[in-house]
Amino acid sequence: MEKKKKRLVIRTIILAVLVLAIGYTVYGTATKDKVELIAVGSKAPDFTLVDLNGEKHKLSDYKGQGVFLNFWGTWCKPCEKEMPAMDRQYKVFKDQGVQTLAVNIAQTDFEVQNFVDRYELTFPVVIDKTKSVMTAYNVGNLPATLLIDPDGKVAKIITGEMTEAKIASYMELVKPK
Amino acid sequence: MENIICACGHSNPYGTKLCEKCGRPLTEEGKQTKVVDMRYDGTAIRSKTYNTTFVDKIWNFFSSVKVGIALIIITLVAASIGTILPQAIYVNAPEPSKAEYYEKVYGVLGKLYNNLGLSHLYNTWWFQILVGMLAISIIVASLDRGLPLHKSLKNQRVKRHESFMKRQRIIAEGQVPNADETLDKVEQKMSELKYRVRRDGSALLAERGRFARYGPYINHVGLIIFLTGVMLRLVPGFYVDETIWIREGETRAIPGMDGYFIKNNKFILETHGEKQQGGEASQGVNVMAKNYQTDITLYKQPEGALPGDSDNLEKLRDYSIRVNHPLKENGFALYQMNYRLNELRQMNFNLVNKASEESQGQIEIDLTNPKKQYDLGDGSSVQILVYTPDFDGFENGEPQTKTSIPNNPAFLFRMTTPETPEGEVSFVEIRKPPLEPLGENKYRMKFAGAEMRNSSNFTIRKDSTIPILFVGGVIFMIGVVIGSYWNHRRLWLQVDPDGRVLMAAHVNKNMFSMKKDLDSVTTFAGLPPYRDQLDKPEDDNKSAKPGTKEKEGDNTL
Amino acid sequence: MSLIDISGNLLFVAFIAYLVATLLFGGSIKQSNATGKNTDKWGKVAIIVTIIGLLSQLGYFITRWVYSGHAPVSNMFEFTTAFGMFIVGAFVLIYFIYRVTALGLVALPVAILIIAYASMFPSEVSPLVPSLQSYWLTIHVITAALGQSILAISAVAGLIYLLKVVDLKKPSKQRFWLEAVMFFLVVVVGFVVATSVFNMMDYDSTYTYLDKEGNERQIDYNMPPLFGMNEYKAVEEHGMSPLVEMPALINAKKLTTVVWSLLVGSIIYLLIRLIARRRISAIFQPFVKRVNLQLVDEIGYRSVIIGFPVFTLGALIFAMIWAQLAWSRFWGWDPKEVWALITWLFYAAFLHLRLSKGWEGEKSAWLALIGFGIILFNLIAVNLILAGLHSYASA
Repeated sequence: MEKKKKRLVIRTIILAVLVLAIGYTVYGTATKDKVELIAVGSKAPDFTLVDLNGEKHKLSDYKGQGVFLNFWGTWCKPCEKEMPAMDRQYKVFKDQGVQTLAVNIAQTDFEVQNFVDRYELTFPVVIDKTKSVMTAYNVGNLPATLLIDPDGKVAKIITGEMTEAKIASYMELVKPK
Repeated sequence: MENIICACGHSNPYGTKLCEKCGRPLTEEGKQTKVVDMRYDGTAIRSKTYNTTFVDKIWNFFSSVKVGIALIIITLVAASIGTILPQAIYVNAPEPSKAEYYEKVYGVLGKLYNNLGLSHLYNTWWFQILVGMLAISIIVASLDRGLPLHKSLKNQRVKRHESFMKRQRIIAEGQVPNADETLDKVEQKMSELKYRVRRDGSALLAERGRFARYGPYINHVGLIIFLTGVMLRLVPGFYVDETIWIREGETRAIPGMDGYFIKNNKFILETHGEKQQGGEASQGVNVMAKNYQTDITLYKQPEGALPGDSDNLEKLRDYSIRVNHPLKENGFALYQMNYRLNELRQMNFNLVNKASEESQGQIEIDLTNPKKQYDLGDGSSVQILVYTPDFDGFENGEPQTKTSIPNNPAFLFRMTTPETPEGEVSFVEIRKPPLEPLGENKYRMKFAGAEMRNSSNFTIRKDSTIPILFVGGVIFMIGVVIGSYWNHRRLWLQVDPDGRVLMAAHVNKNMFSMKKDLDSVTTFAGLPPYRDQLDKPEDDNKSAKPGTKEKEGDNTL
Repeated sequence: MSLIDISGNLLFVAFIAYLVATLLFGGSIKQSNATGKNTDKWGKVAIIVTIIGLLSQLGYFITRWVYSGHAPVSNMFEFTTAFGMFIVGAFVLIYFIYRVTALGLVALPVAILIIAYASMFPSEVSPLVPSLQSYWLTIHVITAALGQSILAISAVAGLIYLLKVVDLKKPSKQRFWLEAVMFFLVVVVGFVVATSVFNMMDYDSTYTYLDKEGNERQIDYNMPPLFGMNEYKAVEEHGMSPLVEMPALINAKKLTTVVWSLLVGSIIYLLIRLIARRRISAIFQPFVKRVNLQLVDEIGYRSVIIGFPVFTLGALIFAMIWAQLAWSRFWGWDPKEVWALITWLFYAAFLHLRLSKGWEGEKSAWLALIGFGIILFNLIAVNLILAGLHSYASA
């Protein structure tokens, strides 16, 4: 009987492992195509980019502050629409410890400067010339916005256009306590 | 489930067909037939031994070769259905509109095909489960058969019972004058023929190529390793599959390869023969391509550098990526996959007087880095007020761009000359007459040529499962070759002291060459002629059909 | 005479040699039937002529290789011709193991038909597109074709087995399907005859049509158009206008070719039936009267066993290695790949059925024929109908 029991255990283990493997394969294939930005709660990858005035902005320099990180392009209509609202809220929150950084995706200085001048944007706008920050954050569609809390962790990810009220509430979210 | 006690006194597990010790047939069927079934050497197939619990029932289901064959056939049929219409990945339409494509091009059939998920057949859950069940079947069936077979082959006795020998396909009976001499001679000849010979009193067993019996099990192991490798690709980190478009002159971070950058120096398209001069070189249509090549430079960030910091890139090397010649670096490979020709890189304009057609000078606008103002000297200059790479109409008086790619560049210029010191404003769109929003101008920007650049598309691939797949493939091939090109031959001989001879032979396949061995040993040792119990009188045409049942023993795993 | 002309002539010599060898094999069997013993004289001459043909075709292969700079397996003509050559090679190999002359009587006509079929495709030497520029082209294609040819011999053995075993006097499913196989072979002849005749007449009509994506395209018919392409308009037309217009999904030109082949094939078939007053199977039956069924069955099984590993290596393993190099993924579910996998699964099932279910003899013979059917489907239908990376027409 001992032998029989052992056989049953072995068979159960083998079958269970195989069924798990198949289950994992099916699950893995089903979820493979969903491209996700980096996960909420994980540490925001550090980066350094240069703004239009030649100043370097390093994400980790803003430790202790909340960061409103926006990826955009001049051709992207929703990005364009939310920019003035972002600028207004930037002015409200910058003294409360929330920094705004707008990352342009590899456009020319001329276009970006023109855009900034037209909307009289005051927050720093940096250009990701080699798309390496975009790659690091796995950004696909624009606009994409990440809220980074004072600890440097991703608090929220928003893809698509935001209303001004939403922008305000997001900045509130990462305001240092 | 009791053990079966053979007449020789040996206790065999339930389900055994031939006694493990002496080889007597243990089943009624076995006792009736002329030639015994030698599959798995008559050992008990394990699944048939225990069949009580739920797990045992599942196990037994997958242990059945019949189920295995059914799974193979179902997989085969399913796979063929996936080729009726092209799979979605090969459909020439952007991802969101593929469903429409199927309906538009293939009508109702196409719609049905797509809606049933057959356009992604090989990624469907049911196809994967099918392959998974095949894998379970391979593992379970091999365990159930391979282990007992191995045990039985390892513990073979030299001496077998007459009822075993007489039921082999090849047998010979008769008398020889000298028992010992016959045994010696057979041993000598069989050793010459590279058989391993063992003797036990009046019995002799000559055996050759036993390892061939393990071939099928080895190849099954290979298959399982291969399938495991395929499965592991889904584990994060094992498999990277990214794509990148990069224009000549651009430097880009390589997606999936942290810290690596690539610069496209030049894309080269070469075509075969004189057709090249036909002027059709655009996009390579109707022209037979000879070479797709991108000359690149690979860079790496210094240790500890952050994304976005491209100041101190270290040059690793220059390389020409061609089809069939990917760039390999650190386990990653970059493949030349696609290209786009002739994207605008620079546009030149002349500032001309409309009346006299006289030029005040030329400006060269680098579209990758346009300047605010171009000075032409003599008090003339051109200012770019607005630049839209892909002009798409006006909105609230502002020119809009559809993308960031210069497909349809447009400029709002302010032209200043000594004659017009306040400046004149002109909106210039490629291949269109200029617009003059602030009234008639004296000057205009006249298009004076452009420079183009090409872009390349690479796939970035890392596949850490390749070594696993390779090992699986190699083991599979070894198993198949062993199982196919070698065979297991055995000869049993019993010579009683009074000279009575009983010989039997078995081969798991290729009886033809076994018979050659038998012929030579029979002649050499003066054995009685053997007979093939499956040979039928040739003139009887009908004999082939009913014969199949008793022939089962011929080919054995 | 340039190298390419020599090459063409060598192929022609090979073709003639195979024809002669077929007759000699037939004669050898007749002879041995008449005298009651295996007079090997005719058989010996037959195999020698076969080998001469094989060497000549090998000469074609090598000279063409030298001329074009790549292994001549890169388009339909080249690949199919090579497939025919490998079938003869596999036959010679098996012949020297088993010395069964009846094999030649079936294997050679099959090879002849395949080579004739191949020569209906354009035979110009064409340069290679970048993805084919790899020594893996040579390794992968040659090994795969070799494997398929050896597997094909099992179908040859299967056919012989069935010709002997199936009772042609009483109606039965077996009798019907066996004759269907024969009819299929005659249709191939029909294709060759129809193509050659219209070729000699220099038939050429041109039409414009709308393809399935709605683009306007032009097409040349080399046979009188029975079927018209989607919304076709004649540019230059001879003799007849298309009888029926087809939807965009169906390539009416290819359908026309298929129907012409069927028509001509059927006429030839009927003529044979009328003249011989027997089924084609019955014509061949006397030639296989004396074969040893047990041996033929073993030959069929043995060729699967020899061919299966070669096929696996060439059509799957080498294919994967090359695909990994050229297209960055070792497997892409391209129709040709899928059908190679299907072929492989089929022969795996064949082996398992034989080993553990005891499907030998007649069942095994039918399976061998189905297997060869799958190989031909992969060669003909997948290349010409199911377009993909391997489709030579679109490459």
